Amino acid sequence: MAVNSVTNLGRSGVYDWMVQRVSAYLLALYTIFLLGFMLTTDLDYEAWAGLFSQTWFRIFSLGTLIALGGHAWVGLWTVSTDYIKATLPRFLFQGVCGTVMFVYVVWGIQILWGL
Amino acid sequence: MFVGVAFLLYGLDLSLSGEEGFARVNELLDSFLAKLIIWGILSALLYHLVAGIKHLLMDMGIGEELKSGRLAAKLTIVISVILIVLAGVWVWQ
Repeated sequence: MAVNSVTNLGRSGVYDWMVQRVSAYLLALYTIFLLGFMLTTDLDYEAWAGLFSQTWFRIFSLGTLIALGGHAWVGLWTVSTDYIKATLPRFLFQGVCGTVMFVYVVWGIQILWGL
Repeated sequence: MFVGVAFLLYGLDLSLSGEEGFARVNELLDSFLAKLIIWGILSALLYHLVAGIKHLLMDMGIGEELKSGRLAAKLTIVISVILIVLAGVWVWQ
């Protein structure tokens, strides 16, 4: 198949479509879990820090952050290819999104594991 | 939402830094602007979540015809508005 796009996330549109759906399930699960936790716990520092100190939840959080990276890349790539027709502005937009996403993941790791 | 994540990570970072950091976040959340930002992020997230779930259902073949699709769209709006109002109560009271 001729290579006609190099800024999408995966090998093909179908791959990106799959990444967005799979990440959506994880993101929805995490969102519902965290909102549920915040609504059903009288939030004090012990409860909050206690949750984030547990390894399983740190893995869950980091997995979610990386899933967000894929989800946001596919989503914003779709938006950018729909609306930004000029190549350079689109490429800059995608570059900024990618950089910001990378910063989010590294920042998340630092928060969770406190380097 | 993509920009909103920066605010959320900042809040998470501060809230986990220690007792004072957690208290600081609570103080911050008392200000009008912070409540507005949080409510804005929550609203966008809730609508995106509801519409997203609709899309996942459509992938399973539910709500893909004209009539069912229109109903699904209306339901998405109604459910989202309800959740956003509830989030508003949670944030502003």
